[in-house]
Amino acid sequence: MTTDNAAAKGFQFPNSLRLERRLGVPAWLPAATSIGAVIVALILGGIVILAAGGQPLKSYQFILKAAFGSVGVFNDTLVKATPLILVGLACALTFRMRLWNIGAEGQFYMGAWGASAVVLIPLLPATTPRPLMLLAMALAGFLCGALWGFIPGYLKAKLNVNEVVTTLMMNYIATSWVLFWVFGAWSEGGFQMSRMFPRTAWLPRLTDYAKQVPFFSGLTLHGGILIGLVAAAVIWFIVYRSKWGYEIRLIGDNPRAANYAGINIVRNTVLVMMLSGGLAGLAGMSEISGVVHRLQGAISPGYGFTGIIVAWLAKLNPVAVILVSILFGGLLLAGREIQPSGIPRMLQGIILFCVIASDVLLRYRIRLVRR
Amino acid sequence: MIDWIVILQAGVATGTVLLFASIGEILAERSGVMNLGVEGMMLIGAMFAFKVTVGTGNPWLGLLIAMLAAGALSLLHAVVTISFQADQVVSGLATNFVGVGLSLVLGEGLSKAGTTALLPNWTVPGLSALPILGPIFFTNHSVLVYFGYLLTPVVWYYINRTRPGLHLRAVGEYPSAADALGISVYGLRYAYVFAGGLLAGLAGATISLAISPGWFSEMTTAGQGWIAIGLVIFAQWNPWRAMAGAYAFGALRRLILDLQGPTMLLWFPNPFRFQSPGFFLQMLPYALTIIILVIGSRAAMKKRMGAPAALGLPYVRGERGR
Repeated sequence: MTTDNAAAKGFQFPNSLRLERRLGVPAWLPAATSIGAVIVALILGGIVILAAGGQPLKSYQFILKAAFGSVGVFNDTLVKATPLILVGLACALTFRMRLWNIGAEGQFYMGAWGASAVVLIPLLPATTPRPLMLLAMALAGFLCGALWGFIPGYLKAKLNVNEVVTTLMMNYIATSWVLFWVFGAWSEGGFQMSRMFPRTAWLPRLTDYAKQVPFFSGLTLHGGILIGLVAAAVIWFIVYRSKWGYEIRLIGDNPRAANYAGINIVRNTVLVMMLSGGLAGLAGMSEISGVVHRLQGAISPGYGFTGIIVAWLAKLNPVAVILVSILFGGLLLAGREIQPSGIPRMLQGIILFCVIASDVLLRYRIRLVRR
Repeated sequence: MIDWIVILQAGVATGTVLLFASIGEILAERSGVMNLGVEGMMLIGAMFAFKVTVGTGNPWLGLLIAMLAAGALSLLHAVVTISFQADQVVSGLATNFVGVGLSLVLGEGLSKAGTTALLPNWTVPGLSALPILGPIFFTNHSVLVYFGYLLTPVVWYYINRTRPGLHLRAVGEYPSAADALGISVYGLRYAYVFAGGLLAGLAGATISLAISPGWFSEMTTAGQGWIAIGLVIFAQWNPWRAMAGAYAFGALRRLILDLQGPTMLLWFPNPFRFQSPGFFLQMLPYALTIIILVIGSRAAMKKRMGAPAALGLPYVRGERGR
């Protein structure tokens, strides 16, 4: 590189930055870099909003107030966070294995479709007792999502087909599939939505218990959040405390070592993709059974994609997924009313960029070196 | 009835979008960097091309700004993946989010802008008189379609028959060896990721200034950026195969539109005439992308041919390869 040196001789900074590989990561550092990354992202996003003719401080103030300002809106934030917890777990699980399931959105739609099929085909009569009905819907949603995860998982494991592209393509197929039913067989009077589900197919909401606890009146938080919390505990246990989870982490960290250790990568790939798809499917079930109460085309403002960011920001930790989901639930909620409409999406992208860029600080320490 | 000449002609026109995007991605991936942000970069390109053209009345300026904007976005991906060694998949997704979000923010209200000056259409005298080939390839096509005819062989020749092309392949296959020979791995990777961004911007501008003019927010690209990435794998990183695949996909898009028209299909009543079954037709390009990926990876396994060896791996000088 003689030419480089010659060119650099003209002017030299007295100090230079040098990256040195870290040997160990302090326990507080991952959380600190995540928070720092979000702050940097908000500043960068603010600059873009300013450039686009908006008022960044006002936008952020609005987001805070519209998402966390009162019990009512915080309830709405938690409702938005519910599907995010489940899709965030779905993404975190596969990412842990360095398997890129970008198809949570499609698996969400298939889960919603499967749960609807129980009510609309109908597989169970409307008079079925509520617990049985909900259990059947959750099972159907899980299975349909798992099927949507199985296809790319199998293709990846057996034929080495790039799962990023296949899971993404499956998203488009899933939304078309739902639209086929919503516009056709399940259409209610020609509208682009199914009929309203019977009450037995609704997840219980806080407001349903307003008679016993007056404080709950008007709060729409539904049982889906319990599904999310339980799922987070289960996934945490699987990943960190079970033999299967050890295999998953080993494959993610060093697939060659895992192979030599006799771990079945093909089977694990398929199973993890199915479990991930099933979790996203549960999110779809919880959303239509707890919030929408019917099947229609627009049931997700991109939950599946936000789940990717949630998982990454949570450093793939199932417990952190819950906290990050609540933050992003607020962003999604406030985002609906913010203009221009692309701001929340753009902020999500910038946050993701800052988070992965900040990961370099986990692997390296930056030293100021005197020449 | 279905007019195959019209479908193929439209296929070449719409396929040009996929062609530019896949050739850009081929260049980036040949250098070892996968950029999954094609869809976002295309949207940025489409939005800027249309916005600048509406503002200035000059589509060529729109084209230029579109390419530079998408190129700038690709540099973000380059910094994070090449210098910060972040995971290319996640960074590509972030590129995508930023591209989609930014284009929606800056394209606010643009869908109501109406019509504007577009890039010219040409009919090649002489060649257009050829039977079959004339109407398909040389009649009333946007000038960008002809640029596609030029770009494909040039890029193929560049990659496979020139010294800089050899360097490009070396950086993507065996970066430490290339580095030892004095080839700048980081520099070349930056350059080719940027080239990929420029071409993705061109692809986006091709949509909004020539093929289906206008700004329809996310539906402007409707997943074509992702199809382009699938096409690159199917094409096994070869521009000629990417061209064939792109035109075939373009023709399929047109065929899907045409299939929704007639009352009879062969000897049967046409079910796709109705809205609901029509969604099966809309699944086709995406399902087909999965199918060609399966075919492509089977062929790659058989011939032991495949992705550039260093694709997706960050290069760190002085560290043992993985």
